[in-house]
Amino acid sequence: MRNLWIFLSRYNAFFFFIIFFTVGIILTIRNNVYQRSVTFSSTNEIVGTAYKRLNVVKRYLNLVQVNDSLAAENAALKTQLLAINAIDSTQVTKVKDTINHQQYTLISAKVFKNSVTLTNNMITINKGIKDGIMKDMAVISPGKGVVGFVQNVSENFATIRPLLNQETAISVVLKKDNAFGSLVWGDDNFDYRKAYVKEIPNHYKVKVGDTIITSGSGGFPRGIEVGRVTNTSVSTGDSFMTLEVTLFNNFSTLQFVYVVKDKFAEEVKSLQTEVKNEQ
Amino acid sequence: MNSRTILINIFRWIALLFVQIFLLRNMAFYNLSTPFIYVLFILVLPFHIPNLLLYVIAFITGLTLDTFYDTLGVHTSACIALAFVRILFISVSLNREAIDEPEPSLGNMGFRWFSLYAVLCIFVHHVVLFFLEAFKFTSLTYTLGRTLLSVVFTLFTVLLVEFIFHNRKSA
Repeated sequence: MRNLWIFLSRYNAFFFFIIFFTVGIILTIRNNVYQRSVTFSSTNEIVGTAYKRLNVVKRYLNLVQVNDSLAAENAALKTQLLAINAIDSTQVTKVKDTINHQQYTLISAKVFKNSVTLTNNMITINKGIKDGIMKDMAVISPGKGVVGFVQNVSENFATIRPLLNQETAISVVLKKDNAFGSLVWGDDNFDYRKAYVKEIPNHYKVKVGDTIITSGSGGFPRGIEVGRVTNTSVSTGDSFMTLEVTLFNNFSTLQFVYVVKDKFAEEVKSLQTEVKNEQ
Repeated sequence: MNSRTILINIFRWIALLFVQIFLLRNMAFYNLSTPFIYVLFILVLPFHIPNLLLYVIAFITGLTLDTFYDTLGVHTSACIALAFVRILFISVSLNREAIDEPEPSLGNMGFRWFSLYAVLCIFVHHVVLFFLEAFKFTSLTYTLGRTLLSVVFTLFTVLLVEFIFHNRKSA
C-alpha cells in the first residue's frame, strides 16, 4: 500500500493528466453537438456494420423469392401502362369495350443463357408454350430498350433472337419526326452497346442525341425508347441515311426480359398473308 | 509564493485572456493560422507551483476560453495537455532543486531554453486543440497544416510579448 502511494505520488503529474484530460474529453463530447454526433455515429457504425454483414447473408438467401415477386409486379405494372398508351382514340364505339383496349400483355421471364460476343447471338429464357409464349413474339427489356423476337419455343423454354443477331431487324422511328427506319446490328459492328438505323430517307434532318423509338409494327408496342443517335454521318453510298445509335439497354447484364403478347398478332398476320396470296 | 506573484499572475491571466477573447479571436490568416497567446500564461507560471494546482489553473483557464469560444472541453483538454508537457519538460531539462529563478520566462531562462520549451508546449497544445476540433483523422493533412501554421503564429506572438516584458523589466 505504501509502495503504491509512493508510485502514485512520484508520477502524480501523469495521473493528474489522465484524470483532467479525461474530464476535458468528456466535456467536449457531451457539450459539442458535432463531436457528440461523430462519437455516437462511429460507435453506431461498428454495430451497424456487424448487422449489415448479417443482413447480406439473409438477403442473399431470400433473393429468389424477392426477384420473382418483383418481376411479376413489374409485368403487371407494365401491362397497365401499355393499356393506358394503347387506347385507340380514333375508334368510336358506343359499347365500351374494355377488353379490346388491352392490346399488349407482358410475360416476365428470366434469362438463362445469354451471349453478346458472337456474330449471331441467342438468348434462352425460362418460359415456354405453357406460359403462352409463341414464335415471333416481341421481347423488350426492363426499363428502356428492345431485346428481339422469340425464335423457337418448347414446353418450358424459349429462345430469343436478340437485336445482336444479323437476322434481326426491328422497325423503329425517329421520335421527333416519325421517320421510319429499321434497327439492325452486325456489318463490321460487333459492339453490343451500338446498333444502326438504316433506310431513313436522306431529307430528314437528324441530330446527334435524337431518340429512337419503336414504330408499333412488328409486335413491339409503339413508343418504347430504343436508343440515342450518336453519329449521323455514316456513309453508305445510297440514298438513305444510316445512323449510329447507342442502345439504352445493356445486353451483357440482361437478367429479366418481358415477352410482349399482342392480342391482335394472329389477326394481323393472317390478313397480311391473305394479301400476299392475292398478289 | 508571495502575494506579489499571485497578483502579477492574476493580472496576467486577465490581460492575456482579454487580448485572446476580444482581439485574437477575430484574427486568422485564411482560416488556417490562428494565434493562441493565452498559453503564455500557463507557460510562465512559477516553477514551484504544485502539480495539482497547475492542473486546476490550466483547467479553469481552458474552461474560461471554452465558454467564450463555445467549444466546451476543447481548450480545456488542450490546456491540460499543455500543463502535462510543461511538467515533463521542466523535470527533464532542469534540476528542480537547483532552480533559483521564480518563473520560466524568456528573461530568466535565456532564448534557447525558452524557445524550445515554448515550441514543444505550444505544439502539443495545438495538436490536441485542432484534432479535438476536427474530431476525425480523415482530413489529416489539413488539420496538421492548420496546427503547424498556428504554432508558428502563436510562437511569434508569445516571443513578441516576452521580449517586450523582458526589456521593460531590465530597463
